[in-house]
Amino acid sequence: MPEDLVTVSLNGSAIAVPSGSTVAAALLNAGLPCRISVSGERRSPLCGIGVCFECRAVVDGRAHGRTCQVVVRDGMVVETEQ
Amino acid sequence: MTQYEVIVVGAGPAGIAAATAAARSGCRVLLLDENPAPGGQVWRAGLPMPQAQVDGEAAKIRALDRLRASGASFLFGYSVYDAPAPGVLRAIRESGEAADRPNRGEPHVTSLGYEKLILATGARERFLPFPGWTLPGVFGPGGLQALVKGGFDVRGKRIAVVGSGPLLLAVAAHVRAYGATVVCVAEQAPLARMLPFAAALWSRPGKILQAMRYQAALRATPFHLGCWPVAALAEQGSDKLTGVRLTDGTRTWTQDCDLLACGFHLVPNTELASLLGCALEDGLVKVDQQQRTSLAHVSCAGEPTGISGLDAALVQGEIAGLASAGMPTGSLQGRRAAERKFAKRLAAAFELRPDLLSLAQPDTLVCRCEDVAFAALENRSGWTDAKLQTRCGMGPCQGRICGAATEALFGWKQTSVRPPLIPVPVSALLYPGFQPVSLKESE
Repeated sequence: MPEDLVTVSLNGSAIAVPSGSTVAAALLNAGLPCRISVSGERRSPLCGIGVCFECRAVVDGRAHGRTCQVVVRDGMVVETEQ
Repeated sequence: MTQYEVIVVGAGPAGIAAATAAARSGCRVLLLDENPAPGGQVWRAGLPMPQAQVDGEAAKIRALDRLRASGASFLFGYSVYDAPAPGVLRAIRESGEAADRPNRGEPHVTSLGYEKLILATGARERFLPFPGWTLPGVFGPGGLQALVKGGFDVRGKRIAVVGSGPLLLAVAAHVRAYGATVVCVAEQAPLARMLPFAAALWSRPGKILQAMRYQAALRATPFHLGCWPVAALAEQGSDKLTGVRLTDGTRTWTQDCDLLACGFHLVPNTELASLLGCALEDGLVKVDQQQRTSLAHVSCAGEPTGISGLDAALVQGEIAGLASAGMPTGSLQGRRAAERKFAKRLAAAFELRPDLLSLAQPDTLVCRCEDVAFAALENRSGWTDAKLQTRCGMGPCQGRICGAATEALFGWKQTSVRPPLIPVPVSALLYPGFQPVSLKESE
């Protein structure tokens, strides 16, 4: 089944992801954690529905975006804490 | 400010039913949700589904068609973060501006006026802290399902689905349909509690059919009752998940997995109701037979009034929508009463076993936003004391995750809800009526 793809930048790498994906899903598929906790742990999404804020990342220059609530768009730039 | 006769907050099944009923009765209705599309959690929109999952879609498609034909207006991708005056909500769109717009990155804020408000804010998963629960690769079961619908590719992954609640089997069947291997399903409730619940299901053919469908999909999957997780395991010196330690109280064993889905049933989202001043009882929004809260102009439908699932949400939503439009609801009251009974059975069947409250070790994090460990909390006198002394519950989730955990672990009640309901930029707070601190607050 041919998929509609869009290209997003994840920490500087251009990655093709299915249109309609959430940013959180794109990060998980790329194996990228979203943020570093205040004590230094790498964190990935927990709740998947916009409640826990573990999936926060910088989306198009805006910090603390809940990536599980944001759908990818062609040309979107996403940066995670590393 | 745009003015509506009825605003419905939350576009899951309850909100969809409410908005449809009110709009079909002739009201000017706005349906608002922070997700990009309607559906809520159980009818979450997402990427195209595998064929195996499509048969459950008929009811959703019918409801969405009726909603679209109802004349209701929609505002998706907006989160309500304040109710600065009676009849007024403030909402923010956190993202979604096209990347080439000059104001990209700037949130859009709007004021919305209503005569009647219907809260259909749903529920979230309850998480209980245990060693390893903060590892990447540990999700809530519903969380994992939502992420998979959003495009998380789980093909070939070995997934353990553990915790409590009817969601476990649904999620196991779901991720399996997407190509994952479900290595086990473990429900903490013992058989003795599940039997009366299963017996009650016989009066509900729809629910039986669904349960049989899940069972058929999971024939080869080990299903343990009275079994719970004690730790998520990672590779030595790394945070890569390798498995989960499970116990049945006498025996403890390791189940290898790539991903762990673990959650302990659901807790209602009552923050907006609390902010508005609706009365709560046992943590649930108190409503009458017309779904009216203690505030004359505010109704509530679905999970915030009691965790009871899809069918209850649909009938309560329809009642709230009709009643808000001044229409009779008598023909729906029989179904409403039956669903209330079902909710009680559900709560009894999936009651937490006390063993779950001693899983956290002294160094186990309880508050994930501020990384507050169990040892820092166990001697605090209550929620406010913990917030002041340890920053527990002071992070971006505002206690939505650790609040349910500390309530289960220590019996702490969250004392107040204040605006903004979610973290917003300071620019979103610069308006008349914003009051960061309530002067009435006690404790």
